[in-house]
Amino acid sequence: MEKLMNILKEIDDSIDYEKEKALIDGRILDSFGVITLVSELEDAYGIEIGASEMTPDNFNSAEAIYNMVIRLQGN
Amino acid sequence: MAYQSMVYGFAFLPLCLAAYQIAPQKWRRRVLLGFSYLFFWLLSGKLIVYLLGTTVFVHCMGIWLDSIRSEKKKARRVLTFGILVLLGVLAYLKYYNFFVENVTGIFGNALPFTLAEKKILMPVGISFYTLQAIGYMADVYWGKIRAEEKLEKTALFLAFFPQIMEGPICRHSDTCDALYSGRPLEAENLTNGYIRIFWGLFKKKVIADRLAIGVDAIFGNYTSYSGFMVAFAAVAYTVQLYMEFSGCMDIIIGSGQLFGVTLPENFRQPFCAQSAAEFWRRWHITLGTWFKTYIFYPVSMSAPVKRWNQYGRKHFGKYVTMLGTSAMALFPVWLCNGLWHGARWSYIFYGMYYFTLILAGIAVEPVRDRILQVFHISERSVGLKFMRIAKTWLIIFTGELFFRADGLRAGIYMFRSMFRNFDLGNLTDGSLLELGMTKADLIAVVVGCVAVAVVGFIKERGTNVRISLDRKPVFMRWSFYYVLILAVIVIAAYGDGYQAVDMIYAGF
Repeated sequence: MEKLMNILKEIDDSIDYEKEKALIDGRILDSFGVITLVSELEDAYGIEIGASEMTPDNFNSAEAIYNMVIRLQGN
Repeated sequence: MAYQSMVYGFAFLPLCLAAYQIAPQKWRRRVLLGFSYLFFWLLSGKLIVYLLGTTVFVHCMGIWLDSIRSEKKKARRVLTFGILVLLGVLAYLKYYNFFVENVTGIFGNALPFTLAEKKILMPVGISFYTLQAIGYMADVYWGKIRAEEKLEKTALFLAFFPQIMEGPICRHSDTCDALYSGRPLEAENLTNGYIRIFWGLFKKKVIADRLAIGVDAIFGNYTSYSGFMVAFAAVAYTVQLYMEFSGCMDIIIGSGQLFGVTLPENFRQPFCAQSAAEFWRRWHITLGTWFKTYIFYPVSMSAPVKRWNQYGRKHFGKYVTMLGTSAMALFPVWLCNGLWHGARWSYIFYGMYYFTLILAGIAVEPVRDRILQVFHISERSVGLKFMRIAKTWLIIFTGELFFRADGLRAGIYMFRSMFRNFDLGNLTDGSLLELGMTKADLIAVVVGCVAVAVVGFIKERGTNVRISLDRKPVFMRWSFYYVLILAVIVIAAYGDGYQAVDMIYAGF
């Protein structure tokens, strides 16, 4: 989780990722932020994130992102 | 039979509601499907075969995709085939003559074969239901939904009559439960649905149809106008388009609500946007969401773009990489947005106009942030917000001028003529009354716009107008409803001097 938090802070350090639960629904992270995040996650965790994963549910909070990463690592 | 017609509101809808309620619950979706096909047939006649063909094709493709979802490569090929067939039909119907006109225009007699333009009839709503059908297949491919096993369910999802002409473009998961459930009608849904329909009629008949008179006069004879009058046409057309399209959306969403079906919203106070990008998150939302889900993200996640991302970050830094990625992902989105509206160079220009502006917005972001920092201007400053909204309005009005103009050449001519003989005095010297609109028309338009703006302002502040009205005393609530209904009946653009104006977006 700490590794993920560092990646998220790199993208935008003004967001309180520990509390924020609506990164996408609340339009806090925009499409370009998500694309950058996806690239960083793929590099850091050696996973492949497809277009089908691009749903608000997967990116609304640090916890949701973390769960997606764990799931994709499991695959 | 358009959504704003008397026949739709006072004959078709009540008949459908009665049949729906009388039918046993398990038959209700068939009632909706029957009325949807009747509605489509009344609009497009024998062209209904396109809708039927698409339905059967998409249904079979859905089942096929579902059965091979674990074989990723095969499923991708099947999905590609499905998309190409649907887009092929759309492209042939919509762009064949445009293609022929341009190819023969460029190559002339040098072509080894002859290409002739054809008289092609296009079924109403094909641009909407085709996107919905592609979305359905992609969602099955991605494993987000299971394919429908019953043909009648797929058919109803694609043909549901309130949305078949102008959208909103729904995802299967948005509407399927409510559409198929056959829930009985509820008094609250009926009241709220019909009030929403009247609100839509108010926007369409009181404001949009009146503005259409002046807008058509200027755009139809654009060489006779310059300066303020052209600027007025650009603003008036933008307002007309908004009132017309969002008004029709109100009628459509209200119609869905009558049956307990919640259709997604297509507008969220677009004139409060502070940038071109934000405007498109508030205007025709379901089209933007469709492009984002099925073009922007897949392109962004494609191997070449990912490779560029990795290479760019190593060699050029984050800024240049992000610009490159944005350009690669946004270009197809805006090209498709332009083309989706129709086969005209002015629509392609319209798409490229927003592509350039949105990309430029991303490019200048660091400089803009630095300037704000240096001059200690807060992002929340009211003055800054006002300036940004004003800038966005200029962008929107200019874009709509090209969008409405009779071709790209006419658009360029009108844009340039706006800077000749600009005289604000035209606002009061009677020039506007020479466009065919009376003083009463102008007053009705202004009062109508103020009413819509007030409601928009309340919504922008986070208040749900309907819930807020529900909390008011019955007398007050129904007084508002009656004023709205009377306004539609008394001051709408009916009768002598007014022509029924077709729905603009139904033509796309």
